[in-house]
Amino acid sequence: MIEGILIGLETALSLKNLMMVMIGCFAGTIIGMLPGLGPMTAIALMIPITYGFEPSTGLILMAGVYYGAVFGGSTSSILINAPGIPGTVATSFDGYPMAQQGKAGKALAIAAYSSFAGGTIAAIFLLIAAPSLSKVSLAFRSPDYFGLMILGLTAVSAFSAKGHFLKAMMMVVLGLMLASVGQDTLSDIPRFTFQNMNLSDGISFVLVVMATFAMSEALTIIFKANDPTRVAKQISLSQLGSIKLDKAETKKMVSTIPRSSVLGFIIGVLPGAGSTIASFLAYGMERNFVNDEEKQKFGKGSINGLAAPETANNAACSGSFVPLLTLGIPGSGTTAVMLGALLGFGIQPGPRLYQTNPEIFWSVIMSMYIGMVILLILNLPLIPYIARVLATPRTFLIPLILFFSVTGIYLMSFNNFDIYMMIGIAVVATVLRLYDFPMPPLILAFVLGGLMEENLRRSLLISDGSWSFLWDRPLTMVIMMTIFVIVSWQVYKSFWKKND
Amino acid sequence: MKISPSKIISLLFFIFSAFYLYTAYQIQVFTFDEDAAFNAKTFPIYLGYAGLMFSALYIILPETKPSNVDLKVLDYKRTITLVILMILYGLTIFRAGYFLSTSIFLILSYIALGERKWIWVFILSFPFVAIFMYLLHGLLNIYLRDPFLQLIGIMG
Repeated sequence: MIEGILIGLETALSLKNLMMVMIGCFAGTIIGMLPGLGPMTAIALMIPITYGFEPSTGLILMAGVYYGAVFGGSTSSILINAPGIPGTVATSFDGYPMAQQGKAGKALAIAAYSSFAGGTIAAIFLLIAAPSLSKVSLAFRSPDYFGLMILGLTAVSAFSAKGHFLKAMMMVVLGLMLASVGQDTLSDIPRFTFQNMNLSDGISFVLVVMATFAMSEALTIIFKANDPTRVAKQISLSQLGSIKLDKAETKKMVSTIPRSSVLGFIIGVLPGAGSTIASFLAYGMERNFVNDEEKQKFGKGSINGLAAPETANNAACSGSFVPLLTLGIPGSGTTAVMLGALLGFGIQPGPRLYQTNPEIFWSVIMSMYIGMVILLILNLPLIPYIARVLATPRTFLIPLILFFSVTGIYLMSFNNFDIYMMIGIAVVATVLRLYDFPMPPLILAFVLGGLMEENLRRSLLISDGSWSFLWDRPLTMVIMMTIFVIVSWQVYKSFWKKND
Repeated sequence: MKISPSKIISLLFFIFSAFYLYTAYQIQVFTFDEDAAFNAKTFPIYLGYAGLMFSALYIILPETKPSNVDLKVLDYKRTITLVILMILYGLTIFRAGYFLSTSIFLILSYIALGERKWIWVFILSFPFVAIFMYLLHGLLNIYLRDPFLQLIGIMG
């Protein structure tokens, strides 16, 4: 492991990769800060640029963007009560009241320190957990992988689309359907191409991500006549107050951070749960831990109430890399985008990544830690200036997002057909979003589609067409039972509980 | 009886799934693969049935959490204008070249969204695209096709 860490450090600390982490954190902070644009959009916009880089450099850039976007989301939650991403909604509960009390600088500093501490502790957990789990996951076979993929898709549908389980499952099927377009990987038989040469290679992953996130998010803002930057224009971003914390405030944070980090990391590892659930659970848990006097302050500017969700959401971000790096199965929409990018580089994450591409495995882990340090030393002093981005008028913002999206696909394919298809998918996605059909399950399914079919093919061929592979092995049976519990819980919650 | 838009979308998805399933059955597989446990059309067929099942369930079961959208407040005019501008952008990007088509797309989009600060409209179009192109083409060595700039001799 020490050797691996040194390889990772050597790769991550090269001048080029350090620059990429800095650029990634900076760009991610700016994009993540804009309400409505989350880490998935930020990473999606970066993909076309990263294809010119080495895989480790590209992935380091995207990891930086991811952390930057989460940090940026906290900034808009605190300053204008408009969370950039769902994972920072809980941050606004106490962060925004603090900003209203003239302590915006302090709230931002608490968010930055908590994110740093949570991310750092989780990066250490990742360092220990990932190699061990990689070895364990070598025992996984095709039926287990197939089961795990269904578990991931079911869990994302259950947790990310609160109350819209069936809609999320429809999006899962749609994502898998889109992934099935093009030549069959084994027999090269064309499927759903309608004799159109442009479809024979399938639909590009970048195209789907850009259309369903960047482009449709921009169109949704216009369609709903929202102006996410309107509130930002009303506040004075230059008067954020001091960012220094006193001893009592630091003491409160010190007690909150370790427990929220552990909780955040564990939740992050679970498929589908992610930073949103982690931050809400940490907020609730912290409320139970503090004394009655502090409990009264929750929702009115409590330091514990701000530190807990911030620590947990960053720890969950690191945790979500565990299933991606060790099993090759993303547990969230954001890591699904990263998996798609990795596959684009010709790298298949999974248990063997640890042995075949140790420099990628370790450099990503090490760059996460470096990213945390950079976010702290670069972004915190610059926050009053970076926060001005919040006041960018949507009249400029939206065309620029659309321009980046079209440019992304233009650079990838040099093909009009792909541009039109992207616009078409974006329009459909905008309507679907309007009626709460969630997009993350679609992306996760699109990325997993090929792998899922491959593992199902192997499982069915080995078992001679029998579906008994789903319960033959104890591990597969446990996975299938977990899926059954999730689905049953959703059905119970949706119908019986409501009728009660 | 009023049908909710979510149910209409589910109905459309049901029809789409039925079409997908029909097309999946039409996939031509090799003769020796016809009776195999798994061939090129097996997975799509399962997907077609899954699509039918989930959309049918949504249509049949009562909605537990209906999505309330006020259709009167939606900005159709600007959204459709932007979509048309994007289509035109896609149409001209290969003919007029990246620089010209992108700059014009940006200017028209800013104006369509109501921006009237002309200095910023200009700065964030032609000069911005020129810098962006230099970053991509000049520094990152990413190929950009631009017949217009080639014609006037700026790009090789």
